[in-house]
Amino acid sequence: MSKNRVENHSSYNKSIFFYFDNKKLHGYQGETLASALIANRVKLVGRSFKYHRPRGIMALGTEEPNALVTIKKGNEVEPNIQATQIEIYEGLNTYSQNRWPSLRYDFGSILSLFSKLLPAGFYYKTFMWPSSMWKTYEHFIRKMSGLGRASNKVNDTNKYEHINFYVDVLVVGGGITGLISATIAAKSGLKVLIADENPLLGGSLLCEDDIKINSLSSKEWASQIVNDLHKMENVTILTRGTVFGYHDHNYITIAEKCLIKETKYSNLHPDQRLWMIRAKKVILAQGLIERPLTIQGNDLPGVMLSASARGYVNKFGVIPGHNVVIFTNNDDAYRTAVTLFKAGANIKFIVDLRNEISGEMQKKVKKLGIKILFNHVLTSISGKKEVQNVNISKLSLDRKSLVEKNIPVKVDLVCLSGGWNPTVNLFSQSGGKLKWDNTFSFFKPDIHVQDEITVGGSNGNFDLENSISETILLTNKIVKKFKKKFSSNFNVKIDSPKLSNKIEKFWQIPLNKKFKDKDKAFIDFQNDVTSNDIFLASSEGYQSIEHLKRYSTLGMGTDQGKTSNVTGIGLLSENIQKEIPDIGTTTFRMPHTPITFGVIGGRDIKDLFDPIRLTKIDPWQRKNKARFEHVGQWMRAWYFPKNNETMQETVNREVLNTRLNAGILDASTLGKIDIKGKDSRAFLNMIYTNDFSKLKRGSCKYGIMLKEDGMVMDDGVTSCLEEDHFHMTTTTGGAANVMSWMEEWLQTEWPNLEVFLTSVTEQWSVISISGPKSRQILNELKCNINFSNKSFPFMTFKEGKIEQIPVRIFRISFTGELSFEINVPSRFGLFIWEKILKIGSKYELMPYGTETMHVLRAEKGFIIAGQETDGSVNPIDLGMNWIVSKKKNDFIGKKSLSISSSLKNRKQLVGILTDNPSKVLPEGAHAVKNINQRAPFEMLGHVTSSYYSPNCKRSIALALIKNGHSMYGETLNFPLLNKEIITAKIVKPCFFDPNGDKLNGI
Amino acid sequence: MLNIDCPYCGLRNETEFSCGGEAHITRPVSNNLLSKKEWSEYLFSRHNPKGVFLERWVHTSGCRKWFNIVRNTMTNEIYETYKIGTKPKSLTGKEAYKNNWRRHTKAETNKVEKNNVKK
Repeated sequence: MSKNRVENHSSYNKSIFFYFDNKKLHGYQGETLASALIANRVKLVGRSFKYHRPRGIMALGTEEPNALVTIKKGNEVEPNIQATQIEIYEGLNTYSQNRWPSLRYDFGSILSLFSKLLPAGFYYKTFMWPSSMWKTYEHFIRKMSGLGRASNKVNDTNKYEHINFYVDVLVVGGGITGLISATIAAKSGLKVLIADENPLLGGSLLCEDDIKINSLSSKEWASQIVNDLHKMENVTILTRGTVFGYHDHNYITIAEKCLIKETKYSNLHPDQRLWMIRAKKVILAQGLIERPLTIQGNDLPGVMLSASARGYVNKFGVIPGHNVVIFTNNDDAYRTAVTLFKAGANIKFIVDLRNEISGEMQKKVKKLGIKILFNHVLTSISGKKEVQNVNISKLSLDRKSLVEKNIPVKVDLVCLSGGWNPTVNLFSQSGGKLKWDNTFSFFKPDIHVQDEITVGGSNGNFDLENSISETILLTNKIVKKFKKKFSSNFNVKIDSPKLSNKIEKFWQIPLNKKFKDKDKAFIDFQNDVTSNDIFLASSEGYQSIEHLKRYSTLGMGTDQGKTSNVTGIGLLSENIQKEIPDIGTTTFRMPHTPITFGVIGGRDIKDLFDPIRLTKIDPWQRKNKARFEHVGQWMRAWYFPKNNETMQETVNREVLNTRLNAGILDASTLGKIDIKGKDSRAFLNMIYTNDFSKLKRGSCKYGIMLKEDGMVMDDGVTSCLEEDHFHMTTTTGGAANVMSWMEEWLQTEWPNLEVFLTSVTEQWSVISISGPKSRQILNELKCNINFSNKSFPFMTFKEGKIEQIPVRIFRISFTGELSFEINVPSRFGLFIWEKILKIGSKYELMPYGTETMHVLRAEKGFIIAGQETDGSVNPIDLGMNWIVSKKKNDFIGKKSLSISSSLKNRKQLVGILTDNPSKVLPEGAHAVKNINQRAPFEMLGHVTSSYYSPNCKRSIALALIKNGHSMYGETLNFPLLNKEIITAKIVKPCFFDPNGDKLNGI
Repeated sequence: MLNIDCPYCGLRNETEFSCGGEAHITRPVSNNLLSKKEWSEYLFSRHNPKGVFLERWVHTSGCRKWFNIVRNTMTNEIYETYKIGTKPKSLTGKEAYKNNWRRHTKAETNKVEKNNVKK
């Protein structure tokens, strides 16, 4: 049995072996890594963030600021986990952090010698000047400071899950008050969830040996009440569940570390689970967290919070030290003395900074022969890599200086108790306001905003009996709100040590000699913030607590300053002579304790992060080696390379062939909206700029829709199926927007209109066949439609059948060629596509992708909404005056358009021909008139589309140029990033077949 | 995460909804006599109070219906939700509706310009 273990503790069950820095160590199942390290007499656990000072275990729970370790599983690395929060298991592999080459001999610790050079705000003061050098400094600074390192090579293989949950009452904290609240609520029949971050419910009941409840020991009582809760069907018990966020409307988030039992299905179980809970009522029962005292050397391994040291003995049976000095400002630390004494430790002194008192606790320890030094303080703690000596002095009468010489004492454990803080993080996150309590020197809940109550320690109770009677009272009250007839007879008989209310505020231990820089007294252990830093920052003017926090990094570590914030505020208050309530606290934000990003992502990662939409023709395109591009959520075939063609060669071939023979495009992604109802036409007249009053059955019309600000939003072709039934198409990317935008107008502005919108994008496969031979190909389809020019003119559509399959064929064209868009019910899309290609093979029909589609339309100067337009372009700018109805009284954007089109100097759509025909302008290139001007240049506009056109045998581009419509023939300069300057001429935006002869396939 | 009471579906999480900004903005017809400034009040100016706000939401991942909410932007308290075309019933909502500066803009006081597509 290790010297650091008590004999025959109830927690010793199964032996386990684990590794710390590659050393094999022994522990017991159920204990934490921190506990097992203490048992193995490992005191030095890590190096500090800034000065690389040796650090050990200071606390028992999530407030631990020092002992952060890295867990390795194979190649996987999980850094910065508190040793107090890791349950050990067989083969657990852990490593210390922020040290090189080893924990004992850390190179970075020489920084400590230069710490005079590293005061608060050091980085701001030094490395921000000259600002251009920051990038150089940053690399080295980041390397020196910091905690563990995440792996950027190996993916996280842990599985994460999300669950939504609804309860009547959510109890946060499984300590005595949480258990009582949960039991009362559960007995009334309410749906209750109780969550605790530890593997066992019980909280401090498991850490004490001097409490009796209903004549049972606190541990026995806890296990009894937990058993009763387990038996109730309306209760959910969540252990290993960290409640980290309190959001609006009682929405609580909990990160659960799942316990995986080894079965053949265990690889299917999630490792962590995010609970998203909506609770009607929340009961916060999170207890209190102890504060350390500010003394030189208070960060050495072997300095612990007093109640934590006691907790290790009672809960896990490990003894953190054998020669102990306890330094306190309150009665609770006396309990630690009793526990450690019983475990066999030598309590050298209890150093109590208060004036002599003689309460129950004082009498109790005196009976054991433990010496108490009232009116004394610890003035320094020292040792090499761990605690070895302390110095004790007496306080003067005014309590501001010391009167006696130091009493040196040799120790291996120092227990500090500087008072208590109610855990109010979640309460504050909920919007609640705190108030300062002068008796106990802590912030406690004051004004409640959401539907919650705080009970027990987290409500500012120091005395256990009061705490419990208040909890019963408050819980009964809220249960009665749910169940009017409920009467609770819950009662417990508590026998616990009577603690004095006297807690003396003492933010800084006075020193006789002048405080030297190397004498560091730490406030924030994780971020290496010392009392000196607080003095310095406040003397430099950082006197608001929010400023002080950011300048000194006080409380900005992963522990969120659980042990440090209030001490820091206290010191600032002393320093600037301002009352603590006037200083206030910093804002509490989630997560209350660190959680992994993985648990937030859950399963919504990789392929499930955003769905990919595929058309029915997609399998053929994949089989035929298409390259794809993302268009919104859709995957669209980009181009179809043959053999070893480059992209440019492919596109040239596809473009030429479409104009020479025929091309086929999968246009299924186009947005399609079915519009039905007797007021459909009136509605279309409001949505589109042009007039739909006279659109006949069987006819199609191209339309542009504006936003109310008069700028182009989307475009597309709408066809009249019946007098009160229309088929609208939109751009691929704009479909969802257009749909919800139209729905918004219908519902909010014109609810009197009888119009029904249905998205039918995925109901139809659209095959666009284009080119002079397209009619010949369609003629060979067994289709009951006459495709001749006369019976099927441009901008009309016909319904028919191809081999029993109903089709709608639209004669519309985005290429300027004779073109048909065949709409078939989706499930027949692939069948018809393959059928057409089979017929087409003798007509040189080739599939083409989106890139070729872009070149073909650009040759004709057709715009793409979203490419030529950017929300600041109106139809007049596009040269499309013809599409704006003059007759219509009203349409969306009319008034704004009349204002914007009367403005001068607007950017207008033009064609661009480079002087060197083989030079293709990059899209986005800016146009300037004179390149010899002084910066900033006058920007005239930019290129919106630019391609090599194989039909024109030269480069072509579209651009938005200021006053472009009156600049045809003029030459502009396009200076590029690589210093090249391309000259180009402004022309009309149509490069091919300007008379539209090819539209009829002649 | 707000808990929003859709007037058609009941209480649902905020993630099912999208916010559409200020409610009760009446659209004047395009052929109106509003000055540019008066028109811009309708088009661009939005109320942004620290406190009670009437806003429009849509149940995007649910019934896809638009409705109105009376919400306190400071505390996120929701006083009521009500259907499009109706006015707030709660005292807080009524007050906020009445006190909105928009009630006094030309775009809303000018009854002649009232929007009505259907003749």
